[in-house]
Amino acid sequence: MSGFDPGRIRADFPILGEFIHGKPLIYLDNAASTQKPRAVIEATSRVYEHDYANVHRGVHTLSQRATDLFEGAREKVRAFINAGSDKEIVFVRGTTEAINLVAQSYGRANIGAGDEILITAMEHHSNIVPWQLLCQQTGAVLKVAPMNQAGELILDRFELSERTRLVSVAHMSNALGTLNPVKRIVELAHGRGVPVLLDGAQAVPHGAVDVQALDCDFYAFSGHKLYGPSGIGVLYGKAKLLDAMPPWQGGGDMIRMVTFERSEYNTLPYKFEAGTPDIAGAIALGAAIDYLQGIGMEAIAEYEQRLLHYATEKAKAIRGLKIIGEAAEKGAILSFTLEHVHPHDIGTLLDQLGIAVRAGHHCAMPVMDFYRVPATTRASFACYNTFEEVDALIEGVQQIIEVFG
Amino acid sequence: MFDEIRDLYQEVVFDHNRNPRNFRVMEDATRKIDGFNPLCGDRITLYIKVNDGIIEDVSFQGSGCAISTASASLMTEIVRGQSEEQAHEWFELFHRITTGQDERASFEELGKLAVLAGVRAYPARVKCATLPWHSLEAALKNEAESVSTE
Repeated sequence: MSGFDPGRIRADFPILGEFIHGKPLIYLDNAASTQKPRAVIEATSRVYEHDYANVHRGVHTLSQRATDLFEGAREKVRAFINAGSDKEIVFVRGTTEAINLVAQSYGRANIGAGDEILITAMEHHSNIVPWQLLCQQTGAVLKVAPMNQAGELILDRFELSERTRLVSVAHMSNALGTLNPVKRIVELAHGRGVPVLLDGAQAVPHGAVDVQALDCDFYAFSGHKLYGPSGIGVLYGKAKLLDAMPPWQGGGDMIRMVTFERSEYNTLPYKFEAGTPDIAGAIALGAAIDYLQGIGMEAIAEYEQRLLHYATEKAKAIRGLKIIGEAAEKGAILSFTLEHVHPHDIGTLLDQLGIAVRAGHHCAMPVMDFYRVPATTRASFACYNTFEEVDALIEGVQQIIEVFG
Repeated sequence: MFDEIRDLYQEVVFDHNRNPRNFRVMEDATRKIDGFNPLCGDRITLYIKVNDGIIEDVSFQGSGCAISTASASLMTEIVRGQSEEQAHEWFELFHRITTGQDERASFEELGKLAVLAGVRAYPARVKCATLPWHSLEAALKNEAESVSTE
């Protein structure tokens, strides 16, 4: 592999030098949140030390500087996902807020009693509950497309009906790692004139995303899973759809003119950005994108696939270990259960070895119900993880099995 | 390898996890309650048979980690045959200790249950140990059918 050097990447992440219980940190909880490179940390302090003021308001120099950086970050996001226009990039708090925005704005305006919203069996709670709320408000019905035992969507049974008004699907499953055939899903939905929202929270850090090539109508993701700060995220929406949607929160910055009788709303994307945004967060997200593009998303994807393959082979060799989620197309997530050892115990014991994993239902309780497990242990990889760290994980799991006898 | 955590994962815990006591459905229970820890998905169904203020029988079912299973198993051994009042006092004591409100180093009066005092050092796991006890407390108070650690 030319050019890709995990050692050099690791040196960019100060936190990877931490010791946990006296052991070097092995951070394998990247699907929950990734660590931050120095470039992101420094971008944050630089804003506050040199360039901070409120955006879109002041005539003074600092406000102009902050606005330029903030809008510059929007342009970086646009280029990163290859959106057609900056107007289509709405800054939000995260994926969850992005989905809620679509549910409450697009949903309430376009979805009524008896209409259907189609999701899949592998969704994160944040792509279930906003729709349930919408259904309660409107009388719409939530439909769930099934998956098979490997954790793959059953495309033949991905059925849109006459009443389907919106499809909302995870690009990549956080609990299973499954990469969904989203291009095909968009084609199927568009064939019936139904718009598609893709929950990109997990997919975005693991490979290049091109929203125009996917032709999705909405794409949502979070900064904190993309090596950026928490509290900032992105909703991409096609301008045509966003334009027609009503605002979902009112306040400053989202208006053009206000009287006590009525208000005129601002243009895109500001119509959906009421109040002072997370200015430093957006700018730091821009820094994260710069950092990732310096490495190259293709190189990251290729490296992580090798890590995943290596970890999967090693895990399969452990007796009593069952991998949950064996889709042919997968991102760098290894979810598993052990016979006789509960994930919570595995999590605590691995932590003793300095290894951070997630143990639980991963905010995907329906997925746990599907596999009839209360929880799984999930190791999720990022570009700074190494083959040695995978070895340590496997070794740790074997020791846990011994201890539990 | 796991030396430091042996204060929590002691042999008693492994024993009760492997062979939980009173792990059964109770057909003639006078109260039944479902306990749930939304953080980790642990579920417990606790059955008690109370007669004249005395807990004549207690059992549980469910799936949980070693800490919650051992805690439930030990609890059933301790409170069987006790009065509701005594069981409530056990709950209070156990709760004080596991949440660090009682900072003594040793808990002789806890007997076997003392092994779970080690959970104090692992805040993320305290709820595992207390779930069965919260369920018991709710059952004693005859509260709604389900209890959550949240």
